[in-house]
Amino acid sequence: MSDLHPSREIVVVGAGPAGLQAALAAHDAGARVTLVDASPEAGGQIWRGGHPPSRIAARLLGRLRDSPVQFLRGCTIVDAPKPGQLLAMHDGNPLWLSYHRLVLATGARERFLPFPGWTLPNVLGVGGIQALAKGGLDLAGKRVVVAGSGPLLLSVAASLPLYGAQVPVIAEQASLSHLVRFALGLRYLPGKIPEALQLAWRLQPLRFQAATYPVRAHGDMRLTAVTLRSADREWTVDCDYLACAFGFVPNLELAELLGCTVREGFVVVDNWQQTTAPDVYCAGEPTGIGGAEKAMAEGAVAGLAAALLPEDANSPVSRNLHSQAAPHLARRARCHHFAQVLERSFPLRPELRDLPLPETTVCRCEDVPLIHLEGCSSWRDAKLQRRLGMGHCQGRVCGAATEFLLGWPMQSVRPPLSPVPVRLLAAAALAKADDSNPHPQTRPGQ
Amino acid sequence: MKHPDAIVIGAGIVGASCAERLSADGQRVLVLEAEVVGSGATAAGMGHVVVMDDNEAEFALTRYARQLWLECAHQLPAAAEWEPVGTLWVAADDEELDAARGKCAFYRSQGCRADLLSAQDLYRAEPKLRPGLAGGLLVHDDAVTYPPPVAAWLLERARNRGAEVRTGVRVQALEGGTLRLMNGDSLQAGLVVVAAGAASLRLIPGLPLQPRKGHLAITDRAPGFVHHQLVELGYLKSAHGSALESVAFNVQPRATGQLLIGSSRQFGQTGAEIHHALLSRMLQRAIDYLPGLADLSILRTWTGFRAATPDKLPLIGPAPDREQVWLATGHEGLGITTSLATGQILADLVAGRTPGIDPTPYAPARFLSAEDERSSIPEAADVHFH
Amino acid sequence: MSTSIEVFVNSAPVEVKAGSTAAVAILVAGVDAFRLSPSGQPRGPLCGMGICAECRATIDGVANQYTCLRLCHPGMRICTEVAAAGAGARGDARESGCSE
Ligand SMILES: Cc1cc2nc3c(=O)[nH]c(=O)nc-3n(C[C@H](O)[C@H](O)[C@H](O)COP(=O)(O)OP(=O)(O)OC[C@H]3O[C@@H](n4cnc5c(N)ncnc54)[C@H](O)[C@@H]3O)c2cc1C
Ligand SMILES: Cc1cc2nc3c(=O)[nH]c(=O)nc-3n(C[C@H](O)[C@H](O)[C@H](O)COP(=O)(O)OP(=O)(O)OC[C@H]3O[C@@H](n4cnc5c(N)ncnc54)[C@H](O)[C@@H]3O)c2cc1C
Ligand code: FES
Repeated sequence: MSDLHPSREIVVVGAGPAGLQAALAAHDAGARVTLVDASPEAGGQIWRGGHPPSRIAARLLGRLRDSPVQFLRGCTIVDAPKPGQLLAMHDGNPLWLSYHRLVLATGARERFLPFPGWTLPNVLGVGGIQALAKGGLDLAGKRVVVAGSGPLLLSVAASLPLYGAQVPVIAEQASLSHLVRFALGLRYLPGKIPEALQLAWRLQPLRFQAATYPVRAHGDMRLTAVTLRSADREWTVDCDYLACAFGFVPNLELAELLGCTVREGFVVVDNWQQTTAPDVYCAGEPTGIGGAEKAMAEGAVAGLAAALLPEDANSPVSRNLHSQAAPHLARRARCHHFAQVLERSFPLRPELRDLPLPETTVCRCEDVPLIHLEGCSSWRDAKLQRRLGMGHCQGRVCGAATEFLLGWPMQSVRPPLSPVPVRLLAAAALAKADDSNPHPQTRPGQ
Repeated sequence: MKHPDAIVIGAGIVGASCAERLSADGQRVLVLEAEVVGSGATAAGMGHVVVMDDNEAEFALTRYARQLWLECAHQLPAAAEWEPVGTLWVAADDEELDAARGKCAFYRSQGCRADLLSAQDLYRAEPKLRPGLAGGLLVHDDAVTYPPPVAAWLLERARNRGAEVRTGVRVQALEGGTLRLMNGDSLQAGLVVVAAGAASLRLIPGLPLQPRKGHLAITDRAPGFVHHQLVELGYLKSAHGSALESVAFNVQPRATGQLLIGSSRQFGQTGAEIHHALLSRMLQRAIDYLPGLADLSILRTWTGFRAATPDKLPLIGPAPDREQVWLATGHEGLGITTSLATGQILADLVAGRTPGIDPTPYAPARFLSAEDERSSIPEAADVHFH
Repeated sequence: MSTSIEVFVNSAPVEVKAGSTAAVAILVAGVDAFRLSPSGQPRGPLCGMGICAECRATIDGVANQYTCLRLCHPGMRICTEVAAAGAGARGDARESGCSE
């Protein structure tokens, strides 16, 4: 029992599968937990507003509701100026959060690649259209072409008819042989078989095309059609929406700001999900793209470890932690296998690099076309000379694209992590000095 | 390039200007830049091209420099975002308005276009300013620019005359006219120009330079929010004082419609991180003058380092005690403005021509001569504007 | 369960399901070009999750809100930069009848 730290305060950033599990596990282990998410609801990209919610989602969300875990919705982390402190925007106001241990469960975003017309209204992400559908968008009678890459294409295409949409075609850029290998790889993950079968059954009436990708979205003020290309033909499909994304890229900005080591695009963690930054843990997509099950397993390990690992790295890890974490560690190992299969199964084909024309917009915020990047030597060079990544999203969309197109790693995260009103940053220092903090589990920093 | 006549260390706007001017004199120039063109303070600073009159030497240099800017403005690429918006010095009270009156008379006496604004004129020019201000001084020919593309443009001109620019090459040490690079290579030239900004101190330890950190914030697009580069007259106290920390209202309309918000000054800081206490003060100061600013979004904040000399004047000329080595650094908060003049003066001195203005106030030798002379340099804080 | 609420998109009343985001309300109102890019290209939501900033609009008088992250509340006033697809000059939110 000596490893219980009743006063240990843990902040979990992100309320998706990883963050929910981390928050509940840390709470069960005796910590005082604050869970924050920028969205108005918990659940993350996969569970938010799901109708009907999956059993596991319903259970975790229910437990969160019934637990004393403080959940701050609509709360965006803006800066991490020093260890133990986070600056957030909550209801438009500055809020300082302090923590002994921090769990990053910031998830992933979709990778968007430029092609002519990709900036037209009604060209969305695959997760993007799903989020809007869950957010109440009625797709009755709408034709939605689903394109890009990754298993999300299938599950979203399967769910869209529930919102009334027709899906005339699903275009997966990966080749059939890769997909077959993916399907076979899934056999080793017992939990995934029913899911895969169910998908295949639902997708039967749909038109699934492997080795196919969009080359142009048509329209003037909005999308009207999309031209697809496969090995032997190119054809145009009329549609109301194009849902298109090429896999995921992790949300690393906060981890980078905190100084966590990132290798090959992912946060480096140890067996207990500890990053290289002291007292900072990480779970879910930022450590490797692998889906909700991996995220939950990692989240549980991170939450337990954050609550129970001793302050002193040299003290022995308690038996209590070992025994509580054991099942999650085992599950995590199985999921890591799936993550590896996933990574090998959807390699991006090099032809995708040739899709943007010289005049195609690459940086959407600043309208930087591909041709303006000619002669630039790096992300920073293009930023300073051409305004690449200077806009609202600060390179979150074009960074992944230029990394794929031009091989430029994106550099340099600066606060605020999300745009905030001048008023908020002007008041930030004051908010810190103010002891009358309305949130019981947040204390003003020093 | 095997045997360059001159090597310029640093491709900030000052190094770029030196390279451009030296190449115009027929020198074969090699530029070495540790990162990319226009890094350093050139990427971080505000890009206000401004005539300042805190002391005679500053006035002479900035006025000469602005003239050079105006001469080439029409040739600048679009990315340089040249906007001839003028500077509006805002007077909060009658005391500041008096100061503005004196400043106005001085500018006019020197042939610089300037107008004193009554409170009424002020609000006509900038309706978003808070009520209750006393007036202001409008200096017409000042401008704002985005400096990194200017550095690139200057280097392009140098390249067209045979110069070579190597980026990603850091000079490790400087021994006489010999440069040692990070990768172990050595390079030599008859003339080495150190234009490495605040990092020049690392190449020549003992230079009278101190990094002076500044914070900046950029907003979302809000076209037409303000029309001039706005600065409080109290800015001069911040810029020229020697306080450890100070902030001043300083807001710049960008060609994109964004607003760039400054300014802060801190001595004794070497890390690039954001200090929230100072940032908050700086932004609050801006809101005090422009209440509507509060609701605009900030996209990014960052910091930069001014290379400050004790008298806040740059170091332009041969380095004392070092053959072949010349300095072009120490421009504090005015190096964008004075970059073009720096390159011209340096090239004139190298060629043995008489520069357009008297170069002695900027000669590095001023700090390296007798101790008693050094201490006799007036602290700029004591100098009031004319 | 599926109660609906009334919000205003560019001053016109729109019925949306409770729990809808402001982005959805704009789409339901038949507006798919939420805003114009710096060079004037029409844009609408891309990511649906607070990353891309393409869904920005003015909500209850506060500009630049990410509409995909905001739940509708009864009476919410949402104004897009381009009042109706194809109409309105750049930056002319005022012409959409949304001025405060
Ligand atoms: C007039 C003007 C207008 C601008 N407008 C915009 C704009 O509209 N949008 C925009 O996004 N930016 C804008 N900027 C800012 C500009 O893009 C850079 O942010 C600026 O060059 C400052 O650099 P930086 O420190 O942010 O990082 P970078 O220029 O990316 O890098 C500078 C160096 O600092 C290091 N560094 C970066 N972050 C940190 C950190 N947190 N701690 C320590 N070191 C760090 C990097 O490793 C790098 O070597 C503008 C700048 C100016 C001068
Ligand atoms: C916050 C702030 C606001 C400012 N506002 C204004 C303003 O409004 N108006 C104005 O006129 N001025 C302003 N300034 C000042 C101005 O930005 C600088 O004086 C000017 O940019 C200096 O340019 P530079 O070329 O000397 O130095 P830098 O721009 O710092 O360039 C030095 C270059 O040398 C390179 N380098 C360094 N060491 C080495 C090495 N060992 N080997 C190779 N290369 C090396 C660096 O990478 C860098 O690119 C401001 C400065 C700051 C910090
Ligand atoms: S749709 Fe991308 S931020 Fe809202």
